[in-house]
Amino acid sequence: MSSKVNESILTEEIKELQKQNRIDHMTYLPDMEVLDSDIQSQVISRMQQYDETAYTATDVRRALDADVCSPEDFEALISPAALPFLEEMAQRAQLETRKHFGNSTYMFTPIYIANYCENYCIYCGFNCHNKINRAKLNEEQIEEEMKIIAESGLQEILILTGESRKMSDVKYIGEACKIARKYFKVIGLEVYPMNSDEYAYLHECGADYVTVFQETYNSDKYETLHLSGHKRIFPYRFDAQERAIKGGMRGVGFAALLGLDDFRKDALATGYHAYLLQRKYPHAEIAFSCPRLRPILNNDKINPMDVHERQLLQVVTAYRIFMPFASITISTRECERVRNNLIKIAATKISAGVSVGIGEHLEDDEAKGDEQFEISDGRSVKQVYDAILEQGLQPVMSDYIYV
Amino acid sequence: MKIVETKTDKFVLGGHEFNSRFILGSGKYSLDLIEAAVENAGAQIITLALRRANEGNTNILDYIPKGVTLLPNTSGARTAEEAVRIARLSREVGCGDFVKVEVIRDTKYLLPDNYETIKATEILAKEGFIVMPYMYPDLNAARDLVSAGAACVMPLGAPIGSNKGICTKDFIQILIDELDVPVIVDAGIGCPSQACQAMEMGAAAVMANTAIATAGNIPMMAQAFKKAIEAGREAYLAGLGRVIEKGSAASSPLTGFLKEKEEA
Repeated sequence: MSSKVNESILTEEIKELQKQNRIDHMTYLPDMEVLDSDIQSQVISRMQQYDETAYTATDVRRALDADVCSPEDFEALISPAALPFLEEMAQRAQLETRKHFGNSTYMFTPIYIANYCENYCIYCGFNCHNKINRAKLNEEQIEEEMKIIAESGLQEILILTGESRKMSDVKYIGEACKIARKYFKVIGLEVYPMNSDEYAYLHECGADYVTVFQETYNSDKYETLHLSGHKRIFPYRFDAQERAIKGGMRGVGFAALLGLDDFRKDALATGYHAYLLQRKYPHAEIAFSCPRLRPILNNDKINPMDVHERQLLQVVTAYRIFMPFASITISTRECERVRNNLIKIAATKISAGVSVGIGEHLEDDEAKGDEQFEISDGRSVKQVYDAILEQGLQPVMSDYIYV
Repeated sequence: MKIVETKTDKFVLGGHEFNSRFILGSGKYSLDLIEAAVENAGAQIITLALRRANEGNTNILDYIPKGVTLLPNTSGARTAEEAVRIARLSREVGCGDFVKVEVIRDTKYLLPDNYETIKATEILAKEGFIVMPYMYPDLNAARDLVSAGAACVMPLGAPIGSNKGICTKDFIQILIDELDVPVIVDAGIGCPSQACQAMEMGAAAVMANTAIATAGNIPMMAQAFKKAIEAGREAYLAGLGRVIEKGSAASSPLTGFLKEKEEA
């Protein structure tokens, strides 16, 4: 596997800690549900066999000419040979996006209700060793904050916590979902992976979408980035989407955090993971996010290594061509210019009025906790709404019914 | 021979009469273009996904001109039970008795599930809905839908949004030939000529959305569809001429040996 290391993440302290013994990241901890599923082994073996240098312009041409993009075509589209075809890929992606979504662009905003975390992920601002202000909103504060967000006209909310089962247990997240149902039509979750019965409970509380970032699909690299905590257990995280579907969730989201490892392999694994899950559960709605590494509090050097805008666009357009029906979210990790252009080409969902800290919509300073990463696009809901219109697109607040 | 007066050629659905045989989808437009599309298409029925209705600060219902019949659909339903729930909700919020039943549990092609659709149709027809089921063109399923109380059937021409035209032509023709309810071709129609083709085949009406919503000039494309559908309907009523495939036809190639008088 790739030995690429993103030096921008590493500090002296982290380098020391990486030398210490750690628990086996491939062994499930007690209480972690184990699925009888072969999707993980299929994804990993395909990724391991992927040789990005094996593809030529002819393969890319064939992929672009094909009516339906096969996994082999997708491999060609994310290879370096496809970079010279970027404009054509963007045009094809745009065509597919319009065919499946018309000119709809969906809007949402995240709400971070707690930033306590038990994991040590060395690139993340919330990691348990990072000295930041920690906070957790109580039910009144959640309600107050949601009320303020709903006034902006948004109808879709994504509830996030740091990954601490102790500080943000399933019941607490469930209460947040119940409050959210009063103010929003669509509720998504981006919280720690859990068992299918817990997903079923949160579905009953009103949530219908679950996103889990695998960060990197290279388990050896994963091990060196997630030094402690539940998140360290690679296979449990991998199967989170499948458990969520089994728990009754309507849709699941996938992402690799681009810049942690070989981004082409990670993009391949992300796409193939989603592809196989959709084949196994054809009713499940599929979503992709395409996050690149960002600077965090106490390490402003962090950057996405070799994933520049061109590479990002290549990955996003390849996802679109491979799975034309999938939702693609573009977060505030990217700047206004990139986001405005990506919704024109392939992205179908965009956040607005974003805060990635805790309680930042509230007046009460004591409720506040520090943010997960630095955002690059601080536009308000109104500003993003108008920008969507300016592109000749249609801002859609919700296209969903809870049944 | 007299030209049939097309004004007397009404499209009857669930006891309601319509002059237009064009059903317009509303899913993929900017809201302010819906009105223009309805006007130029001359459509009297417009579909509406309940999940898109009542969108907070902008309500799609406000953009639909008065006098147009709303056809709420059950999109978002993955089972018969969910479709029934959505249909009941749509009646509660004042969308009327028409309902287009869509049950889809395939997010890739969005192909309808005929089995679940039949179950939902049976329940909803009993509750007094005018049920218009979206279906895959299968004759047995279509017959079951009719027995279950469907007011029409809406077979797909091609996967929704694909603009591929009537890929299922021969099977839709079978439905048109065999069923006593209107057959409305839904999904896949990418251009006016394909809508015209459906009407020539004897379809009672055509439904389209993506083809118009993604056109360069939406009002003009809406109008082009209107004309094509009217032309196709007139051609159907006129009775299409015989097509001779290769050269001229021999008068009686196989029976020429017969003589007026049989040999003894």
